[in-house]
Amino acid sequence: MHAYESEFREPLINGLDKNYTKITDDLVAPTERMSAMWLISTLLTGAGALFFVFCLGWTVWFGIGTWGLNKTIGWAWDITNFVWWIGIGHAGTLISAILLLFRQRYRTGINRAAEAMTIFAVICAGMFPVFHMGRVWDAPFIFPIPNTRGPVWPNFNSPLLWDVFAISTYFSVSLLFWYSGLLPDFATIRDRSKGKFRKWIYNIAAFGWTGSAKQWQRFESLSLVLAALSTPLVLSVHTIVSFDFATSVIPGWHTTIFPPYFVAGAIFSGFAMVETLMLIVRKLFNLEDYITINHIESMNKIIVLTGSIVGIAYLTELFMAWYSGYLYEQFAFYNRILGKYLWAYALMMSCNVLSPQLYWFKSMRRNIYVTFILSIFVNIGMWFERFVIIVTSLADDYLPSSWAYFSPTWVDIGIYTGSISVFLFLFLLFSRFFPTIAIAEVKSIFRTSSEVAKAERAKKEGAAHGGFMGFQHVGPLDKDAKN
Amino acid sequence: MASNKFIVGLWDHEEVYLHAVEHIRHEGIEIYDSLTPFPVHGLDEALGLKETRLHSAGFLFGATGTTLALTFMSWVMTTNYPLDFGGKPYWPLPSFIPITFEMTVLFSAWGMTLTYLVRNKLWPGRVPRIFDTRTTDDRLALIFDAEKLSESQISNIKAMCKSQGAIDVKDKVFTENEA
Repeated sequence: MHAYESEFREPLINGLDKNYTKITDDLVAPTERMSAMWLISTLLTGAGALFFVFCLGWTVWFGIGTWGLNKTIGWAWDITNFVWWIGIGHAGTLISAILLLFRQRYRTGINRAAEAMTIFAVICAGMFPVFHMGRVWDAPFIFPIPNTRGPVWPNFNSPLLWDVFAISTYFSVSLLFWYSGLLPDFATIRDRSKGKFRKWIYNIAAFGWTGSAKQWQRFESLSLVLAALSTPLVLSVHTIVSFDFATSVIPGWHTTIFPPYFVAGAIFSGFAMVETLMLIVRKLFNLEDYITINHIESMNKIIVLTGSIVGIAYLTELFMAWYSGYLYEQFAFYNRILGKYLWAYALMMSCNVLSPQLYWFKSMRRNIYVTFILSIFVNIGMWFERFVIIVTSLADDYLPSSWAYFSPTWVDIGIYTGSISVFLFLFLLFSRFFPTIAIAEVKSIFRTSSEVAKAERAKKEGAAHGGFMGFQHVGPLDKDAKN
Repeated sequence: MASNKFIVGLWDHEEVYLHAVEHIRHEGIEIYDSLTPFPVHGLDEALGLKETRLHSAGFLFGATGTTLALTFMSWVMTTNYPLDFGGKPYWPLPSFIPITFEMTVLFSAWGMTLTYLVRNKLWPGRVPRIFDTRTTDDRLALIFDAEKLSESQISNIKAMCKSQGAIDVKDKVFTENEA
């Protein structure tokens, strides 16, 4: 009846006291009580979000001149932040879509939070190009809307316009994917809520879901097709983001390796951010049985893979610069490694390429503290990757008299740190009012991948084979046998 | 007229439930609906549900997006406002591909999701009929329409559920018609 599950695989739901009732209780619990910790962090990040709004207001009022940009370096922190956030947004859809298509059961513990993270990260990302326009009120004209100016349409040859389409499609499709998965879980909360107001709110959110056979059948069809659509979509988005650079004629940007290199980097940074958030969430809401060390190890394997792909891309770029025999390209890379931004390049290399190599050791992959610290390292390293690509390529251009150095102003710093606050603020609200783990999906793997189901099967097998197969659960089963 | 009188059988184990569905259908008893807290693999076949055509709808919406994006960009760049971008062709098909792809995905995803909501009767604030509040928690339910059944048929169904491992069987009568 069920897909085959090797008994050697570790369970994805720990605890021998688990059943459907307990799963519901555990996973809905975070929405039913409020901790002081949560309140304090929400207020703090909320204040940070207000500062973000203030800095954006300052930018609009006084103009882009309040940023540290100069004549040479026209793109700096803004576009760095934009690409960084978009990259972080990639893990959500990767986890929900690609891991669904590959039937990786460990996705059920982390997909919901990762999808939410995607949406919040894309919101943060979108702010940067929009406010970089300067005259934000003209932003609607990036879309081909009918107008009385000619009519004048956007240039459909431009990767910047492709980006507009890619990111808005990505945002709205991720939203659909996320919300359609939330309906059954909102219904779970609705049906167990006591208060009238609470019931009313969750009834609106659940859209009247009941869980009938036909609903589930269509649900599965919808999520499968959305996954199949999102998989090429997620790859296309970062490919197109990389086109923003790759189709230019700036040495250091004009390289054909950019699309796969950016996609790998995006998955890399996205998984790191998922780990950062999930390690906090599992601790804060006592979800250790559902986000297990097994989940963390699986994510760490992806981190070491994508981190190494990114490392190979860095080295390939260097080789190609040398091999091209093109003086300006060679200078750009020489300058990137040994020029005035040496410190940034070294930080990027050590955080992104060297530090994940620790994950070749199983004990490191399964260590929560190492994982948490490394996930932060990767987040920092990936921010510097974009900074290195964008700023070092622009800083020393063809004309030595215009060579420049970029220093951020308080507005630059405020917008960047503010966007992190916005992200965390939205995520905290999500984790308080929404089911952070996909309840229905966790239940659907309960009979295959939980510790309880494995113990039951081992017991059955054990009876048939003289106890040999029950080795994985020797402890509890032995006790059981004596009773 | 829709029924208001039902029998609700409740199970708490996925495999027992699936077996019960097969057995009950084999006995020729009509199942009105099934309610489960999570998707049960093999339930579609056990209930004899027809395959959904939702993915076909998704394809058609996607094809609409493709066509619309390609024709619109071609019309703008060749007819409505042709512009010379550094001597490049007026109809650069390769650079239309990214936007065409995005629009295909956008139309397909939105069209399919909206179709899904409409077909499943899901919209914000809809108050559904709740047969048992635990069907979204830890109980797998089978619903039988009892409006036109005789007393003996009803007790037969109840006994059948019990013998198939149902942990509870009860009557459910709604006073208002379904919205």
